[in-house]
Amino acid sequence: MNAVILLIYNAVLNGTPLLFGTVGEVLTQKSGNMNLGVEGMMYMGGAVGLGAAFYYEKMAGAAASGPVAVILALIFAFLAGAVGALIYSFLTISLRANQNVTGLALAIFGTGAGQFIGEYMRTREGGYVAISNALKTAFQSSPFPKALQSVPVVGQLLFSYNIFVYIGFIIAIVMAVFFMRTRKGLNLRAVGESPATADAAGINITRYKYLATVIGGGISAIGGMVYIMTIAGCVWNHEGLAGEGWLAVALVIFCLWNPLNAIWGSTLFGALMILYMRLHLPIPDQLYKILPYIVTAIVLVVVSLRKKRENEPPASLGLAYFREDR
Amino acid sequence: MHEQKTPLIRLAKRGVMSPGRMWAIRGASFIVAILIGAILFLCLGHNPLEAYGTIVTGSLGKATAIRQTVKLAVPLLGTALALAPCFRMRYWNIGAEGQITAGAIAASYFALFWANRLSGPVLIPVMAVAGALFGGICALIPAFFKARWGTNETLFTLMMNYIVIGIVRWLQGGPWEGKPGSQIIPTFAKSAMLPKVFGIHIGWIIVLVLTVLMFIYMKYTKHGFEISVIGNSENTARYAGMNVGRIIMRTVFISGAICGLVGFVIVSGANGTLYDSAAGGVGFTAITVCWLAQLNPFAMVGISCLLGVLDKGADTLQTRMAVPASISDIITGIFLFCMLGCEFFINYRIILRGHKEAAEK
Repeated sequence: MNAVILLIYNAVLNGTPLLFGTVGEVLTQKSGNMNLGVEGMMYMGGAVGLGAAFYYEKMAGAAASGPVAVILALIFAFLAGAVGALIYSFLTISLRANQNVTGLALAIFGTGAGQFIGEYMRTREGGYVAISNALKTAFQSSPFPKALQSVPVVGQLLFSYNIFVYIGFIIAIVMAVFFMRTRKGLNLRAVGESPATADAAGINITRYKYLATVIGGGISAIGGMVYIMTIAGCVWNHEGLAGEGWLAVALVIFCLWNPLNAIWGSTLFGALMILYMRLHLPIPDQLYKILPYIVTAIVLVVVSLRKKRENEPPASLGLAYFREDR
Repeated sequence: MHEQKTPLIRLAKRGVMSPGRMWAIRGASFIVAILIGAILFLCLGHNPLEAYGTIVTGSLGKATAIRQTVKLAVPLLGTALALAPCFRMRYWNIGAEGQITAGAIAASYFALFWANRLSGPVLIPVMAVAGALFGGICALIPAFFKARWGTNETLFTLMMNYIVIGIVRWLQGGPWEGKPGSQIIPTFAKSAMLPKVFGIHIGWIIVLVLTVLMFIYMKYTKHGFEISVIGNSENTARYAGMNVGRIIMRTVFISGAICGLVGFVIVSGANGTLYDSAAGGVGFTAITVCWLAQLNPFAMVGISCLLGVLDKGADTLQTRMAVPASISDIITGIFLFCMLGCEFFINYRIILRGHKEAAEK
């Protein structure tokens, strides 16, 4: 029983960066933009988010407060991803460049930029960029009182996660409501399905596409920051994000463009990533570790097998819109 | 209801542009990219001229440096060539990294376990064929599902990367491990290494030959024609009676096979052994080479050399000026953004309010 609870707990923790990455990309793709640069934006978010917390602590010294550091890291990670997504948006929406290649370019640029910022901070700060343990607790421990956390079973399963888990869940739920229950959400879906129709209905295509892509990119980038600050232990390492961003793009398909599905989808993938530590099977660890990728491949095949109308991607996904082409 | 003004900026599609102007625009975007890079260096507190100078002297200043630069460019060119038919077909193969590694595994198998049974002149061709075959098969798996059920190939090929690299990690720590606990696969025997010409392994000759072959294949063969028809419109291809699924699988197999061959060149020419990062990001950078060259094999030669210079130069930059070498990725990204953006000015023209429509015609 205890082992199961521990597995779920760790699955949720490990799935959270994926949740942010996926939900952000869902928002982007709903507008008809296929941004493959999630990995790049998450790298940028990770490096910049860590930098924000680190330099804030350096400036504030002993007076540094945990919540402020968390908020700063969130804001700066969001901005980093938004800048990346803005480059992407300008190229694909305004200049109508090929979305696939632009996304890949952003992935290369972003991983380079993230790696560069991380390395640059490290060389400038004497080989080590890490924040104090006091601040680490703000990033890694639960915002709920001890009493709630120590309730048996429920305490660990519901109240003992770090703050980002709850933020991620809230963003996913809010986004689902936005898509299905608001006028603006309907407009956005119309833009993704059929921009020409939306244009004729008087919806400002360019504005919707830009906003969705930039905000989506920012949300994805927060996932990178969460990875660095919770799973990677608040330091910049060479491994970077180990392909989390690409998994997030795959998860978007897996969860059929529904943010609510992303919640359990990311948890499932979080579980797959740590399963080799929790459940010992007679296969070597290195082969066990490729399990999430194999499952993703299988998922892609299964999704393509069962074609249902409500499961389809936004109809104009990947296509540039030029009004005079109609 | 008030009267609507004509918008300040309007866009119109352009007809065909003369190649001279087209390349002038691309050249201009190249200069813009260099300028943006210069601004980046300025922001970091370095003299941009000095930084670019270091990149050039670091990569082309000495004979040994040139050899290393070419060594970096060879796999890039080979992989970019491999990707060209896929991209022409609008099949987004981003699994080159895995296909290279798969080829490297197969070549390494023969290098490690057959070196004492086969002599050099037989062993090396066997390694090459095995590498090509394995790379092709690795690429064929996603292509099969794409052809059959339209499975998203972008992500499938990408997942194959992690799967194949995971297998190398397992081989490294398990069955093929040299000294127990070392996590290192032993170096190949001398007979399994590619011979050298001008101090560089003959991989460079292989990829140059491939360049010419790929140019002919894409431009003058029936296969090449079929590929570009599918790339432009799958429905047209179907109407014309082409077996789209088969052509997709065939093309992707060829692409993967060339990647596998590159993998063989990497282990047998440059490294002399196999490790998990043997492909080292080449599979991704080659995508940009391929695209920057507009899928033209000869342009790829120039661009892969340029990126080789950038890559090697960035290493020198790191040692001499303490700028992290990942700057080369950033500059590559900037180049790519500028090149992607400049296509807009080739395909569209901007009409300002008040200007006559006919001005361009």
